Amino acid sequence: MSPAFIIIAFVTLFAAAAAMGLRNLVHCALALVVTFAGIAALYLQLDAQFVGFAQILVYVGAVAILIVFAILLTRSGDTPNQAVLAPGWFYGIAVSAVVFTMLGWAVLNSSALPKQIPSAPEATVKNIGDALMTKYVLPLEVIGLLLTAAMIGAVIIALKENPKSGSSRGNDAQSKKTEKSEPPHVGCYESGKEICP
Amino acid sequence: MTPLQGCLLVSALLFAIGFAGAVTRRHAILALVGIELMLNAANLNFIAFWRYGAHPEALTGVMFVIFSIAIAAAEAAVGLALIIAIYRHYKTSNLDEVKELKG
Repeated sequence: MSPAFIIIAFVTLFAAAAAMGLRNLVHCALALVVTFAGIAALYLQLDAQFVGFAQILVYVGAVAILIVFAILLTRSGDTPNQAVLAPGWFYGIAVSAVVFTMLGWAVLNSSALPKQIPSAPEATVKNIGDALMTKYVLPLEVIGLLLTAAMIGAVIIALKENPKSGSSRGNDAQSKKTEKSEPPHVGCYESGKEICP
Repeated sequence: MTPLQGCLLVSALLFAIGFAGAVTRRHAILALVGIELMLNAANLNFIAFWRYGAHPEALTGVMFVIFSIAIAAAEAAVGLALIIAIYRHYKTSNLDEVKELKG
């Protein structure tokens, strides 16, 4: 293993741990950008140039910006005062430690892994484009359809709901607000409609 | 330790970190970030096996990772839209307080 690989791996893993452990969500998003960039550098180390640059474009460019937008739109940008971990966090960390131990044991003791190191494979953009247009053309079309559907779905889900349309979602949120100051049954029936189950 | 084993260990640790974050953090966005980290760990495995495995000229690992990145992007967009809709409805993005569907 080259020293560059070890350094990049340490930076990536440290940034990933920071992205999962910091209290402030904006700091988490910044650490996540470093993690994605480190993974792209690992791809470049592994002679997969196209995938590395696709990773930078998609993850560092699009997904990270999307996450920052979501953090700021949900007004969770400031450091929270209460606990950031769920009540049963100890079990979660224990399970993930067990998972890593098992995976590491299997990787280090497996006899199925190839021992010799082959020379760098030829994966130029021309080869990848040829394969995408011939052998993988059906998956390419399907992925285009999936991306279109996901884009339309995301816009529809995040659309601001119309309060006059009479859907119970908007009324429910209002009754939730009034519930805090009044007894629950008054809040449930005051909008004229029976919305409590 | 061969380079392949190094890559697999890094990816296993990345998966474990992502899993721990997705399970333990209370904020919905961070659960999604943990899932993204797990997907990236799987992609790293694909690339490592493609680079050090047999028949790299078939480009199978590269193709799988390209499609996986596209699907992960779609998943992130829909997931974040869901989180924004949930925040608008419940006025919170804390996963423990969103429990109206619980029996």
